[in-house]
Amino acid sequence: LPAPLLDDSYGKELGDETAAKSEDFQDSMKIAWRYQNLPKMEASPTTHTKFGHYYDVSKKMSPQLCQSVKWHSFYLHEELSLEPKMKAWNMNSGYARLLQSIQRIISQEGFDGSDPQKKQRNVLRIGIQSLGSLLWGDDVCCSDTPEDPHSLTKFLYVLRGLLRKSLSACIITVPAHLIQNKAIMGRVTNLSDMVVGLESFIGSERETNPLYKDYHGLVHVHQIPRLNSLICDVSDTKDLAFRLKRKQFTIERLHLPPDLSDTVSRASKQDLAGSAKLLSSGCGAMAIGKRHLDF
Amino acid sequence: QGQFVLLRDTRTDGSFLVHHFLSFYLRAGCKVCFVALLQSFSHYSIVAQKLGVSLAAAKERGQLVFLEGLKSCLDLLFGEEEQPGQPSPLQFLSGSCSDLRALFDFVRVSLAPAEGDSWKGPVLLVDDLSVLLSLGAAPVAVLDFIHYCRVSVCCHMKGNIVVLVHSNEDSEDEENELVVNSLCHHSDLILWAEGLATGFCKDVHGQIKIIKRLSLRQAAGQDLVQTYQYKIQDRNVTFFARGLSSAVL
Repeated sequence: LPAPLLDDSYGKELGDETAAKSEDFQDSMKIAWRYQNLPKMEASPTTHTKFGHYYDVSKKMSPQLCQSVKWHSFYLHEELSLEPKMKAWNMNSGYARLLQSIQRIISQEGFDGSDPQKKQRNVLRIGIQSLGSLLWGDDVCCSDTPEDPHSLTKFLYVLRGLLRKSLSACIITVPAHLIQNKAIMGRVTNLSDMVVGLESFIGSERETNPLYKDYHGLVHVHQIPRLNSLICDVSDTKDLAFRLKRKQFTIERLHLPPDLSDTVSRASKQDLAGSAKLLSSGCGAMAIGKRHLDF
Repeated sequence: QGQFVLLRDTRTDGSFLVHHFLSFYLRAGCKVCFVALLQSFSHYSIVAQKLGVSLAAAKERGQLVFLEGLKSCLDLLFGEEEQPGQPSPLQFLSGSCSDLRALFDFVRVSLAPAEGDSWKGPVLLVDDLSVLLSLGAAPVAVLDFIHYCRVSVCCHMKGNIVVLVHSNEDSEDEENELVVNSLCHHSDLILWAEGLATGFCKDVHGQIKIIKRLSLRQAAGQDLVQTYQYKIQDRNVTFFARGLSSAVL
């Protein structure tokens, strides 16, 4: 059962399409519900007019729907070993195999425009789950000084190259709460076009904070793409929170509730101010405030 | 002539400075070698168009040598066996060597004066140096590369170098901070774009500190520091004195 995992994670997106591929149906729901707020294009014909925007977390996607779409999967442990003719890549072998697989699909399906016979009208959507975790053979999540600290960033760089030269977009989830090494997370951010973080209230002190009682977590937009232009499209609102219901995942602006109590004590005001301080972190591409202006 | 300019950004994106210098030097008639590690050619081309310069035309007439790092990396990893006479500039990625000599050779050859060249002064532009660390180059290798470039471009060819680095004291990225601090010491001019300490603002995108390192050239010289705030627009960046943004006046 795809129980929603409300844990900290960063998502990455190059382009504005979301992923629709994974190795089994359960996973497709897990990825889908997080990013359903993004517009989705679908090649296969569908009768549902609101397709792509609403998901029922308690149900699995129907097999017929999955089979009607052309998709590829990559499950590391089932992949054959590296083809001997590939040169040494100086990178975690799991990542290297994934990159080779992606490159093969891009060139075989004509997403890079190299084959004039195969005119692609669609964008290749790629979804990668839990990058950096042990599942990919990388120990960056377990240790402060990983064995190969550059594998993850090298992978992202090569992936960026593949995406830039083809008609594709990629969304990646990274279990940021497991990566202790702040330097690596900083480099990952610099190598991404868009970085969004989801922070759940479960298990944190914010769960009982009256400021957050309607929501399940916060959405942090750390970076937005600044492509082909000097400026980037920064929204006015920096404080976003999300709410997960059975059929809907919404992201809303977070605002302080009106202070209606008769006895407003100093302590409670300070609590809210403390929470509000955490809200004012700006978008990484523009500026992040270090100090909160106290009145 | 012979200047080393360091572009530095903290908590914000300083790439607008790279776009500026690229179009500035091309318009001035210099020969430019642009090592673009993080974005594609079309990205720079589209922005340069807005600033009034055509990168494609500059490339065609031999004024601009453009190294597209992403493409070069793909060619190295997925391409055919390379010819022995033409090693990839990003050869260190494959692990066969740990230094950036191939990249330096690329720069040197690109900017070497050729027959019939009438360009004014060579310029090396790098966007951005911090990426090399993410790709596995050691800080020492990066600093060596810059050193060799300075000797070759600034001293021998009397040209300029402009390099962009990211820095952030909170980042705990010691390798990066090491490189940045070392480069700061050796720079003639530092342009430091910072996000505002108070957070995001729609009308003031950041603050820029211009540090003229007069202490480098003169024994008792004092660095000259000027601070302005700026706002980035579609085709232009406006600078103004601190607190005097047009939104406030």
